[in-house]
Amino acid sequence: MTATSAEPTRRDFLYIATGTVAAVGGAAVAVPLIAQMNPDASTIAAGAPVEVDLTPIAEGQVIKVFWRGKPIFISHRTKKEIDEARSVQLSSLPDPEADKDRVKAGHDQWLILIGICTHLGCIPLAHQGNYDGWFCPCHGSQYDTSGRIRQGPAPKNLFLPPYKFISDSRIRIGEEDTAKA
Amino acid sequence: MARSILALAVAASLLGTTVAAFAADESSHESPVPPRQTWSFSGPFGHFDKGQLQRGFKVYKEVCSVCHGLKYVAFRNLEALGYSEAQVKSIAGEYKIQDGPNDQGEMFERNGRPADYFPTPWPNENAARARYNGVPPDMSVLAKARSYERGFPWFILDMFTQFQEQGVDYIHALMTGYHEKPPEGFTLPPGSFYNDYFPGHALAMPPPLSDKRVDYPDGSPTTVDQYGRDVAAFMMWAAEPHLEARKRIGFQVMIFLIVLSVLLYFTKKKVWADVKAHPEKLQDKAPRPRV
Amino acid sequence: MMSGHSTYQPQNAFMIWLERRLPIAGLVHSSFIAYPVPRNLNYWWTFGGILAFLLGAQIVTGIILVMHYTPHADMAFNSVEHIMRDVNYGWLLRYLHSNGASMFFVAVYIHMARGMYYGSYKEPREVLWILGVILYLLMMATGFLGYTLPWGQMSFWGATVITNFFSAIPIVGESVVTWLWGGYAIGNPTLQRFFSLHYLLPFVIAGVVVLHVWALHVVGQNNPAGVEPQSEKDTVAFTPYATVKDGFFMACFCIVFAWFVFYIPNYLGHADNYIPANPAVTPTHIVPEWYYLPFYAILRAIPNKLLGVIALFGSIGILAFLPWLDTSRVRSANYRPLFRQFFWIFIAVTVGLGWLGSKPAEGGYVIAARILTFWYFIHFIIILPVLGWVEKTKPLPNSISEAILKEGLPAGASGPAPTVTRG
Repeated sequence: MTATSAEPTRRDFLYIATGTVAAVGGAAVAVPLIAQMNPDASTIAAGAPVEVDLTPIAEGQVIKVFWRGKPIFISHRTKKEIDEARSVQLSSLPDPEADKDRVKAGHDQWLILIGICTHLGCIPLAHQGNYDGWFCPCHGSQYDTSGRIRQGPAPKNLFLPPYKFISDSRIRIGEEDTAKA
Repeated sequence: MARSILALAVAASLLGTTVAAFAADESSHESPVPPRQTWSFSGPFGHFDKGQLQRGFKVYKEVCSVCHGLKYVAFRNLEALGYSEAQVKSIAGEYKIQDGPNDQGEMFERNGRPADYFPTPWPNENAARARYNGVPPDMSVLAKARSYERGFPWFILDMFTQFQEQGVDYIHALMTGYHEKPPEGFTLPPGSFYNDYFPGHALAMPPPLSDKRVDYPDGSPTTVDQYGRDVAAFMMWAAEPHLEARKRIGFQVMIFLIVLSVLLYFTKKKVWADVKAHPEKLQDKAPRPRV
Repeated sequence: MMSGHSTYQPQNAFMIWLERRLPIAGLVHSSFIAYPVPRNLNYWWTFGGILAFLLGAQIVTGIILVMHYTPHADMAFNSVEHIMRDVNYGWLLRYLHSNGASMFFVAVYIHMARGMYYGSYKEPREVLWILGVILYLLMMATGFLGYTLPWGQMSFWGATVITNFFSAIPIVGESVVTWLWGGYAIGNPTLQRFFSLHYLLPFVIAGVVVLHVWALHVVGQNNPAGVEPQSEKDTVAFTPYATVKDGFFMACFCIVFAWFVFYIPNYLGHADNYIPANPAVTPTHIVPEWYYLPFYAILRAIPNKLLGVIALFGSIGILAFLPWLDTSRVRSANYRPLFRQFFWIFIAVTVGLGWLGSKPAEGGYVIAARILTFWYFIHFIIILPVLGWVEKTKPLPNSISEAILKEGLPAGASGPAPTVTRG
């Protein structure tokens, strides 16, 4: 029944065509079966940007809001905390990053971070640890007043969410600032 | 001969019983069948007319939403009607949505956002029942929740003609089926209104539509008939927002399956050719050694 | 046919290694590749494969739907709408599953009718047939449980009616119903346990399918001539002959399936199930899904509550006794002209009962249902046994090959796919 010649016969072509069409069908069936696990429309809609009024946050205070199910730290830094962050030698940092790159220009006192430890995902505690920043109780990672990792198993600094200032006292978390780099 | 008589006797008795059944059918009181309308979304290539959906939404917003909720439809879904993101945001903003509790522990109202769902105009069913003569049903799936019996042979033909518009035909008929006064001899219970198409004819909903009730910026006729069509189409969209994708993908799937079936048919013929060609030999085909 | 070691010879080193430890490839080879099937099988024999495919499809779509469904009375209806609107391709998965259930029953009824026409339940296939009846009962239970999950009006009230059957049991009836409900009426406890069981039963079905296929492979397929294969001349290897035939008809069946899913997805359902369940309002006509309608008609035809329930379960249970009720030595209706007539009358009676099940239980409908119910039971209890004794059957072919060579059936044959050469 199999063609013994090296060239595919017309019969083989039929089998190849049928097999190919069936395989394409199988792949097409897999698309919705896999796509259905991606975030659905209501989840995506619920993940829309949130706006936060900064006026009630006192200097030195850190509050927590949620965006896309993640905790967001909003820290109203004191001058002392800003100076501490700026005076660190970058080469000594496990994940070197300048403090001014972690805030928006003209808003140095507002530090906005995703409050998830970059080690294994616990929520670090504010105003704790040796660096006046955050301390993660799960495995002892310590972050400074710029949210940068200083000590402990976490590999990266606390991540920044996309956000922008829509006025001096109001931010929108979830939207990147398109005006600036 | 004997078995033919027997078969005939059985068939006759079956026929007799069905005739008796149909006689019973006639005597039971049924509402008139809603007249068939044409809808842009019917048939295998049906699609929604966005202009009609926008008009229907306007009717819902200005008339129906006073009593009826639309709780499974979110404002963001309105982009399917042809509105831009900004328009959707502004439509949402016109609504007041309950939210909370705030830090003081109180519930509060805020402007709607695209992610919010259309609010129901009463806080719970008891409040609705106290206010109206019943609970106005939510309109999100109402176009699929209403139908009528088509009878023989239509219910078989409908499978082939793809007739699925019983709900919207009924809604349109209901909107246009009100009468000022019930016919002679019909006692209308107090608080209800006579409608040709409502089963039992006594409907608790007062006639919601009247000519010129809703202004149409696109110049379409501002008649009850047009309002009925437009709001029914809007309700069909609300009930089946993915109708167009369903029919489009359906066409692709049908073509694919027909092609696959044809290929498999010829493959089958080829595979069986040796077996069929020489039935007198009927040699067993040794199966190919396979892993 | 499946006894003894397989003829499978593994070709590569890994397969040789595996085959010695877990001869699964050999099992697949001997069961689905080299396995001999009668060469005169017609297309009615493809429905077993179609059923297996549909079971797989229902399980896959079902497991995926459960990722998005909430089995709580307050959330169920909402979650189904969430699936239809928000979940990526949710509308497709839902319609595949709901219409898949209907297709499952279309296929099983054709499969059963094939068995009844060709005498596939006769010796030595009695256990195979009974396993099939068990599978049918499991399917009916699964379908009933699944239909309650959207928690629409029909879900709720259909569940109320069906669970109330058990109140017909003398003495313990009411306690059994309360036990089933988990409360004093159908409510959330009922929905949650129905959900659990609906998830469980398809896997029980899969297990019984394994037994069913095993029982089949021990005795081998029946065939349209009803005459057992006598030599290799009467059979062909399952792969590629039966495989490709199954594949072709499966694709054709999928066309019908796709027609419902994409173009008329709510045709086989009931509009009232798009109304959220309301314990205070009973729908004007409570109707089960179409595949239960004949039995629903039988239930309502008997004026006594307990006897009606017994008749309902009896009308399905009697199928298990078919191998012994049919006394004929001849299997296939192709050679039983009188039986053939009664077979088609039986089909008409069942379809008639189905139609009556959709009508209100009033007037002429009830009378008709009683007559047809009577006939339904008479068919099994009187007609089949008597036919076996008195019928003059046509002469059987000596073998399948002979039947093929004669190119067709004796004159006057009517019935599904008579000519064996057309395959």
